[in-house]
Amino acid sequence: MGIEQFIFYFFALVMVASATMVITVRNPVQAALFLVLTFFSCAIIWMVLEAEFLAIVLVLVYVGAVMVLFLFVVMMLDINIDRMREGFIRYLPFGVLVGLLMAGMLISVVGSVNFGLDKFAEPARHAADYNNTRELGLVLYTKYVYPFEIAAVILLVAIVAAIALTLRRRPTTKYQKPEEQIAVKRDDRIRLVSMNSEKKK
Amino acid sequence: MIALSDFLILGAILFCLSVAGIFLNRKNVIILLMAIELMLLAVNMNFIAFSHYLGDISGQVFVFFILTVAAAEAAIGLAILVVLFRSKRTINVDDLDTLKG
Repeated sequence: MGIEQFIFYFFALVMVASATMVITVRNPVQAALFLVLTFFSCAIIWMVLEAEFLAIVLVLVYVGAVMVLFLFVVMMLDINIDRMREGFIRYLPFGVLVGLLMAGMLISVVGSVNFGLDKFAEPARHAADYNNTRELGLVLYTKYVYPFEIAAVILLVAIVAAIALTLRRRPTTKYQKPEEQIAVKRDDRIRLVSMNSEKKK
Repeated sequence: MIALSDFLILGAILFCLSVAGIFLNRKNVIILLMAIELMLLAVNMNFIAFSHYLGDISGQVFVFFILTVAAAEAAIGLAILVVLFRSKRTINVDDLDTLKG
């Protein structure tokens, strides 16, 4: 067994085990941390497939940003885990059945009969100076430049939507309005009342 | 030698695990979002495996876009979750019955 095969099978095992833990573990914080482990092992498998740029992006974007966001939200919300777990045992046989059925169907399609080494020979490894990031950039900024711009717009929309959704104005909070403070006139503050003098009793 | 089918089977197993996770954790919206992330990861695995074995870098470009959309989806989903918790004090799917569905 070569080193590549060992790395692939080891991290594939880690990946499947941690993905199983994600969906079965009680605590959402632990589930998020197991999801991080899944992403890490997936990044290593992508390295075996010579997709170095995307492997690094997976670690940076997913582990660094998305999963930290998940952890923040999980820790901010005060959730009752026991009520969440209701029905876990009840749906366990059904879920396992559906999962196994789907896995059997998918594996019968993508198994070694259709996609084995005799159908798809393993491609030759690239030279040591092959730059995956450069190759990706060459097509990303030429052939796929329009989808790339749309992806940027999607990210912008996501930023605006996330901020607009979570921004909260409390009606009871007092704010200063500097523009009104500056623009105030004498007549706004002082009222002169002419009245007759009163007699002393 | 690792065959293409090994990567595809790994992606298929991951996808089925996340489908089973959606069935098992149907009360907890956070775990549901995590299962969706797992599903997208399984699809990305297929894209990258085909990209490697067919020698076409376009598959990796697609993975790039899927990662972008998934990050946007996670951010908006979590924002909705926070707003939901603020107004209802719960994220249990069973309590979200305002529309009597």
